[in-house]
This record gives sequence, C-alpha cells and structure tokens, in this order.
Amino acid sequence: MSGARLELAGIGKTFRGLRAVHDVSFAVPAGAIHALIGPNGAGKTTIFNMIAGVFTPTAGTVTLDGRTISGLRPDQACDAGVGRTFQIVKPFKGLSVLENITIGALHRRAKLADARDAAESILKRLGLHDRRHQLAENLTLPDRKRLEVARALATEPKLLLLDEVMAGLRPTEVDVMVAFLRELNAETGLTILLIEHVMRAVMALAADVTVVSYGEKIAEGTPAEISRNQAVLDVYLGHEEPA
Amino acid sequence: MSRRAIVTLAVLAVLLLAAPKLLGGYALSVLILVLYFAYVGQAWNIMMGFAGQLSLGHALYAGLGGYIAAGLYTHYGIGPWAGVFAAVAAAVAAGSIVGYLGFRFSLAGVYFALLTIAFAEFTRIGFDNWPWAGGSGGMFLKVERNVSDLANLRGGSEMFYYLILAMAAGILVLCRWLLESRLGRYWLAIREDAEAAQAVGVPVFRCKMAAVTISAALTALAGVWNAFYYNNLFPETAFAMGRSIEITLSPIIGGLGTLFGPIVGAVVLTGLGEIFTSASDQFHLPGLKQIFYGLALMLIVMYRPAGIWPWLARHLGFEERPK
Repeated sequence: MSGARLELAGIGKTFRGLRAVHDVSFAVPAGAIHALIGPNGAGKTTIFNMIAGVFTPTAGTVTLDGRTISGLRPDQACDAGVGRTFQIVKPFKGLSVLENITIGALHRRAKLADARDAAESILKRLGLHDRRHQLAENLTLPDRKRLEVARALATEPKLLLLDEVMAGLRPTEVDVMVAFLRELNAETGLTILLIEHVMRAVMALAADVTVVSYGEKIAEGTPAEISRNQAVLDVYLGHEEPA
Repeated sequence: MSRRAIVTLAVLAVLLLAAPKLLGGYALSVLILVLYFAYVGQAWNIMMGFAGQLSLGHALYAGLGGYIAAGLYTHYGIGPWAGVFAAVAAAVAAGSIVGYLGFRFSLAGVYFALLTIAFAEFTRIGFDNWPWAGGSGGMFLKVERNVSDLANLRGGSEMFYYLILAMAAGILVLCRWLLESRLGRYWLAIREDAEAAQAVGVPVFRCKMAAVTISAALTALAGVWNAFYYNNLFPETAFAMGRSIEITLSPIIGGLGTLFGPIVGAVVLTGLGEIFTSASDQFHLPGLKQIFYGLALMLIVMYRPAGIWPWLARHLGFEERPK
C-alpha cells in the first residue's frame, strides 16, 4: 500500500480501558474520495481525531504521504496537510464569515491582505460570498456547514476530513454539497475522507468505503459491494422487509 | 474608520496636547488618571479582549515593574529609563510562569483567572517580607521639588502627563498593529474557539504565551510610570486584588476586544468616579465611588454587554460600513 496519500496501519485508541478503536487499517490513494461509515459510536470520529492530531493513537500509526503524522498536535497536523471540519460545527462565532476563512488562509500566508484575497476566492466558490460580512453566528446550519468546509480548505490541505457535513441538510442541499465536493476533487485532485450517514452522498461521492462497528473495521469496498455486504447490512444499513 | 472618526481623533489629539495649558492642576490630575487607566486597560485587553484569557491578577505585572525600577533607582541610582528594561524582564518572567502553568495544563476560564489571582497574592506576601523592597513598610522615592529631570523622571505632573499621554497613544497604535497582524487574528480565533483555531493551524499555546508576555510587559511600563509618579509603593496596594480589578473595568465597560473601548471606559469610569469621590467627601458619604463602579458594571452587563464603544461608534457614525 505504499504511495497512498493517507495510510492507517493498525491504529487503536483506548480511553481508560474503554476500547474505542481497535486495529483499524485502510489506505486512501492520492486524489481519491473515501468514505468512513458505521453506526453511531462506532469510533469514526475517534479515527478522525487520531488523523487530525486531537488524539494520539494507543496503537498503530497514521502516515500522510509516507510521513508519520500520528502524535502530532492538531496545528502540526494542519501544517502537514490535514484539513478538517467538526461534526458539531465550530465557527468563530463573533467574527464575520470573511474573517473566519481569512484565519484559515493565514496558515499558509503571513500577510493579512493576501489571506483575505484567498478567502474571498474560496467564498465565491462556495457561494458564501454574499454573506461574507455577516457574523458567523447568524448563519443558517447549511451555511455553517459550508463555512466549516471553506475554513478547512483555506488552509490548503492535501487531505480533507469531512465529519458529517451533510447531516441536517435537505436533499437538494446535499446535492449541492456533493456537486461542489466532486468538482473540487476533480479540479484540484484534493483527497477527501468523509464520515457520513447520508448514504445518498456516500454512493455519489466515494470510490471506496470503509465500514466500522464497535471500533473495528468490518468491511471495505466500493459502495456497490458494501451495500450488498451481509455484515454491513446486519449492523448498519439494515435489511429490506421480506416481500 | 470613517472620515468623521479621523477628524474627531485629530481634534482630540490637539486638545490633549494643549491640556496642561488649558486645565488646572486638579483637572489635569484627573486626566492623568484617565490616561493611566486607558493604558493599563489596553494592555489587559490584549489578553482578555483579544486572546480571551481572563487575568484577574494584572496588578502583579504593574507592581513588579514599579518595584523593580524604583528599587534600582533608590538602591543603586540606576535611572528609570534603564531600570525599565529590568522591570519589563521581571514582568515577562512572571507572565511566562503564569502562562506556562495555565496554558500547558489547559486551565481555562475561571480556573486560569484563579491562578492569576494566586500569583498576585503570592507576590504581595513575598514583597511584604522582602527587606530590599522595604517590606510591608513600603518603598519611597525621594521627592524633589521644582525640578524637571526627565532622565530620572523627577518632575511635576506636566511631565508625567505627557509621558502617560505618549504611552496611551503608543499602545493604541501598537494594539491596532497587533490586531491587524497574523498573531492578532490568531488571538481572535483562540478567543472564539481554541479547538477550531488549532485545527486551522493556530499554535494555540505559543499564541497564548505571546499574549500574556506582551500584556505583562506593557503593564510593567505602566507600573514604572506609576511608581515614579506617586513616589511610593506598598505591597498592600501595589499587588492588591482591587488594583487588578480596577485594571479590568475600563475595557469591560468600554468594550472588550475593541481598540477604543478601554479609552472610553477610562473616561467614563474615572471621570464620573472622581465626581463621586468629591461628592462623597463633600457630603460625608464614604464609598460612593465604589457603589457607582458596581452600578456601572451592572448596567453595562445588563444593557450593553458588548460595552459602550461599539454602541457609541455606531451612533456617532465612526464605523466604516463594510462594502
């Protein structure tokens, strides 16, 4: 699996004896969109947090382009090229939309004016430009989700981690977000790893899917394979009523 | 800033420069106090208003700065312009210790505030028992009448007025510059949400340390000025909790995190506070000023939680509308 952009090798995380994640391995090639799915409490966000530097794995390693990034602090992980969104959105509430994104853009730019220019162009792409002078706390939920994505993109990541950015969106809004992510991936070759419960989005976006349950990987494959996988149907997707 | 704001600022600057010629001794001493509180409020605002870290022990940095510079002058004849470097260094060291303990172990909010109070108290007790600093009996600078010795800061109120005016103007420019820098924006991000800030690459610990050390250094300068202006220092007052609280009031009332909030807050609080002090003397009603401070704080928290300045700026047309 060498040459993968992101590689998780046997990572595990134990919280005071509670095994949240155990021996999970998977790899995401550069330029791919990969989904991480599973029931609530399966450990998906814990896996994200180990990639993004919030938690240090108690076992295994995370590598980005061959460089070990597990054990770094979140800001160092960001340096290394990991951008992330939060499941429960965390906008800088008291600042304007533009300032929110500008702070992300400052990561690769020292000058405020340059960062602001970069932020403006990201806002245009995400359709938030009209609202750039609004305070982030006044945004609607779909816009806050877009703000999360925009702020992560502003740090110019190699790998974008999206934690349930579709949750709470209406189907038409999901389609807009899916279209945006697909376009972004096609244009810039950005590698994306997403946690998602909206299967419609997973099916439309992901080339590969990893399924976790009770902290362990139970399946991996294309969306079509996963949707036929017995174990996945049992623990997560469910069965259709027999006719 | 709008044009209107710039014109107002220019007029104010001229009036302030001419103030010693226009005002009597008492009015000038009130204006000196206003500028002093504007200055220390500005320094404290860097930590709380910008970076969101509540310090309730800023008297520590002012007291340390004042004691060090005054001690070097009285014991060794080292003038304040040289002594100030030692004063700033001591405050930065103290700030680093408080900051390191607080931020390394992720003490947040009131717990961090308790730590800052504890350090100011430790220091007060230490100075109470330190013979070099005069112990609880205090330290006194020799008062010389009718001299104007800028090199040793021996002189009348006019000299101290211009000095604190320059400091207040300087810190305003510095704070504006800081706020428009990457560090300043990182502070705002930390204030709003430290976890999200770190996720977009903000080195949170380092930025918080920068906030506490810069704020401590600037506060120490005010301490030096204060020591040479009043010529006496006592641990009981220099490191007092009340002194620390006083420092926080102007920015809270004027507008946390704003550039002009600490100035407006200082004008309102000190200006009106002086009126109440004289009223309290005249009518033999002790404590009027304290009651007024408490009331002012309550009214602000209830009706203008963002402070007076943002509201004032809007109503006077000082804000530049975003395009």
